[in-house]
Amino acid sequence: MAVLEPIAEAPAVEVVNLSKTFRRAEKGAHWWTRASSQKYALEDVSLVIARNQVTGIIGANGSGKSTLIRVLSTLLLPDRGTARVFGHDVVSQTAVVQRLINRVSVEASFFKEMSPWENLSYAGRLYGTEGSGRRMRASDVLERLGLPLDTMDRPMKHLSRGQQQKVAIARSLLTSPTLLLMDEPTTGLDPRSKREVQALVAMVHAEGDATVLICTHDLQEAEALCERVVIMDGGRVLADGTPAELRAAHGPDATLEDVFMKVSGKELLTLEDEEGAA
Amino acid sequence: MSVRAARLEASAFGGFFERQANLYKRYWLWEVAWFAYGLVSVLSIGYLASGLGALGYDSSHVDLRQTQLYLLVGSLLWGYMSFVFFEVAFAIAWERWEGTIEYTFMAPVHRVTHLMGVCCFAVVYGLFRTALVTLAVVFLFHLDLSHADLLSAAAVLAISTIPLIGLGIFTSMLPMLSPEKGEQLAIAVQGMLLLVSGVYYPVSVLPVYFRVAGDLSPLTYTLSGIREAMLHHRPVGELLPTLGILALMGAVLIPSGLWCFARAEQRAKRLGLLKRSG
Repeated sequence: MAVLEPIAEAPAVEVVNLSKTFRRAEKGAHWWTRASSQKYALEDVSLVIARNQVTGIIGANGSGKSTLIRVLSTLLLPDRGTARVFGHDVVSQTAVVQRLINRVSVEASFFKEMSPWENLSYAGRLYGTEGSGRRMRASDVLERLGLPLDTMDRPMKHLSRGQQQKVAIARSLLTSPTLLLMDEPTTGLDPRSKREVQALVAMVHAEGDATVLICTHDLQEAEALCERVVIMDGGRVLADGTPAELRAAHGPDATLEDVFMKVSGKELLTLEDEEGAA
Repeated sequence: MSVRAARLEASAFGGFFERQANLYKRYWLWEVAWFAYGLVSVLSIGYLASGLGALGYDSSHVDLRQTQLYLLVGSLLWGYMSFVFFEVAFAIAWERWEGTIEYTFMAPVHRVTHLMGVCCFAVVYGLFRTALVTLAVVFLFHLDLSHADLLSAAAVLAISTIPLIGLGIFTSMLPMLSPEKGEQLAIAVQGMLLLVSGVYYPVSVLPVYFRVAGDLSPLTYTLSGIREAMLHHRPVGELLPTLGILALMGAVLIPSGLWCFARAEQRAKRLGLLKRSG
């Protein structure tokens, strides 16, 4: 097996001219007359993300955020360009990249009949975490995430969405990822759960040496959590910088929302859209 | 493969085995229902054979006890093999339904470890379930096993599992080729195996085109080998040609199944089909 460590000096993520298209069927009366077209999910995206930062990618639905996360997670193959995680190519060095990353997605995906412990134990085994003390470590992480320990052995389907999302974060933390990819982890959560999850992300960053890449269309979340923000729309990177830099570049009183609207010419999702997407 | 890499794969293998065990534990009531269904299916065939005498078949022309054993061996084996086949074939479909497929595919685990972990549990659990049904059948029908060579039958059963797993791996990639309809094709494959493999009749009664298909089915050799062992007391030595054919089929089907699965996985990653929504 190849070297499992990050390559020294390599940035956490380095994306060069990355493009990904999906075929979309056009409207037509019959399938045999229906034409198809290529839609860019990512179009010549280039990006470098430094280590040990929390970087936010903001954009509306369909802006390419999740596609980028999926490429970095080795779940999607790009059409063109390269993507490297700590110097390792996501296409040709998949196994190495997979040992360095983990992901929390918008939907807490679990075996719903299984308990948090059973799901965490399964994930731990896939990533080779030590068997002895795995349960203790899982309990410890869940306790730190504020999840009552009596939920540990109840089926996941009996947990609230917020609790499920905390288990999802616990799952990613148990595997000690060097790069944590979070794809809208707070979308669809109630305000309290949202704040708790945001606090967790801040805690993960403060306590460990992980790099966090978080996709969101919540600008307050991006402002609060991220040291750097990348704005995407239509599969392209429109702006990139610290929240303060981005605001300063668009006027003294500009908010991050103003910046987004100016660079994309669009508004972010309304709350209804967000709930619908969730 | 280094010792560390082998240890990680072994841990993941255990993870898949344990996950399947946990899922069956959680769905135990459904398992009771499926066990009852399996038992009823075998009993129906057993009583069909018992009823042959009542239908006027003369025991001086037909050995009704042997016929009953012939049919019950077919029914028991079909129950076991269709269970293992379905477990493997539905491994991916189940993950898609639960929404965990992306997490499994981004885990740093070789696909062979993933699929073999699932297969291994299916074989162990399938044997356990079939053993229970067999005990019930032996008790209810007072089967005469004086002509049975159980060691030979066990040897055929053990070797036949290898090509069966290969077939299952082929079928398990169908949901990746077509997320909506792929898994349903597994039922068609199973139906075809039932038709051409001589589960309830000798393949010699089939038209030549079905006999050719039957020659390509591992189940044909499994049934023939186990019937020879159970009905005619054939020792292992005399069944070596059958064992050789089954081993050869396994040696072809498993690597080619894994190769095709890898191609299907690459295609799914190119087209973005690993998402739950497809």
